[in-house]
Amino acid sequence: MNDFDYKYICDMVRNESAIVLGEGKEYLVQARMQALVSREKLGSIDDLVSGLRKDPSGALSRKVVHAMTTNETSFFRDSHPFESLRKHVIPEIMDRKSGQRKINIWCAAASTGQEPFSIMMIIHEYFPELLNWDLYFLATDLSTDVLDRARDGLYNQFEVNRGLPASMLVKYFSKDGNGWRINSDIRDRIDFREMNLVQRWPAIPRFDLIFIRNVLIYFDMETKLGILRKIKSHLDPATGYVAFGAAESVLNVTDHFSRVTFDRSTYYRNAA
Amino acid sequence: MRALVVDDSRSVRIILSKALREAGFDVSEAEDGRQALSVLYQGGNFDLMLLDWNMPVMNGYEVVCAIRANPLLANLRIMMVTTETCINKVRDALDAGANEYLMKPFTKELLLDKMAIMGFVEN
Ligand SMILES: C[S@@+](CC[C@H](N)C(=O)[O-])C[C@H]1O[C@@H](n2cnc3c(N)ncnc32)[C@H](O)[C@@H]1O
Repeated sequence: MNDFDYKYICDMVRNESAIVLGEGKEYLVQARMQALVSREKLGSIDDLVSGLRKDPSGALSRKVVHAMTTNETSFFRDSHPFESLRKHVIPEIMDRKSGQRKINIWCAAASTGQEPFSIMMIIHEYFPELLNWDLYFLATDLSTDVLDRARDGLYNQFEVNRGLPASMLVKYFSKDGNGWRINSDIRDRIDFREMNLVQRWPAIPRFDLIFIRNVLIYFDMETKLGILRKIKSHLDPATGYVAFGAAESVLNVTDHFSRVTFDRSTYYRNAA
Repeated sequence: MRALVVDDSRSVRIILSKALREAGFDVSEAEDGRQALSVLYQGGNFDLMLLDWNMPVMNGYEVVCAIRANPLLANLRIMMVTTETCINKVRDALDAGANEYLMKPFTKELLLDKMAIMGFVEN
């Protein structure tokens, strides 16, 4: 791939998703584009780029962006945030909301669904009374492909072996061929929608709990700050908690949020 | 911490034992269910057992049942590591008293992940 094409693809990915592919990512971009070229039977990366130039906002550009976003995820990823969710965060929110009996939850980069489903399994397992509340659970992602997989709720053996306690596997999944499908009573409570965090946000309510993990790492500082500001305005000022990824040191985050440390994990809430 | 690795395949025993030793366990091995029980009955205070299902002499499920019928072994935690992936088998093993269940083929990462779920290692 020549420098010209490389730059074109990086700029396009950046404009569409705010994901920054800096220097040193040539190999990654080359490999992903090569895979896309053969999937789409395009001939060469040159052909791909000229196709993009002809129709910069078409289906092909969405596929390029999708190929460059990493969808890596797992059930109960990093485990500790989920433990704190069960021990502290959900009980506290329920306490504060016991009058209204209404709770809104949002996973803002849901990928193939493991994260929202993990939260939903915790609710089923430990807070079944929440299912009788007015519970709205939104799960969004930029990629329609991962959302389709999440809605389908079908996982392979590797995916269910990873992070998921066997007791939950037998309780919340059923076997489907060689795969495992999440039960519909978990799946159907979640509203999966396409949403790009760096474009104009649709009308969404205020949330008591927002998971926005392992996605801000891809964005430059300015984009990150813009998203943090919007997150803040969609967080219930009294009860809301936010979880970022474990490896993400969200710089300047404490200008917007105050940190709450539980046993082994950190959540954020609106600064007083 | 002491662990007992039970599998009729020597290569699987080697892989599992190596991963456990690296995680700081003192590891013993057995080739089938009966041998596993005799190791356990000799004492030695094992903390964790990795247990295959299909083995020539006494299968893993029978081993779980025998262990859970013996109050002296109540503290032993059991993870099945097996090619059995039918949901009823997983359920049966858990109902009989297995604590975790790892389906083969597995990777070292998946094994450590399950051990973290059981609280044996950090993740
Ligand atoms: C590494 S996954 C994280 C999944 C999950 N939150 C977790 O921590 O396991 C990152 C996800 O962010 C999504 N993503 C990337 N850029 C995005 C954007 N601009 N708006 C919304 N989602 C985006 C990707 O499609 C991908 O599914």
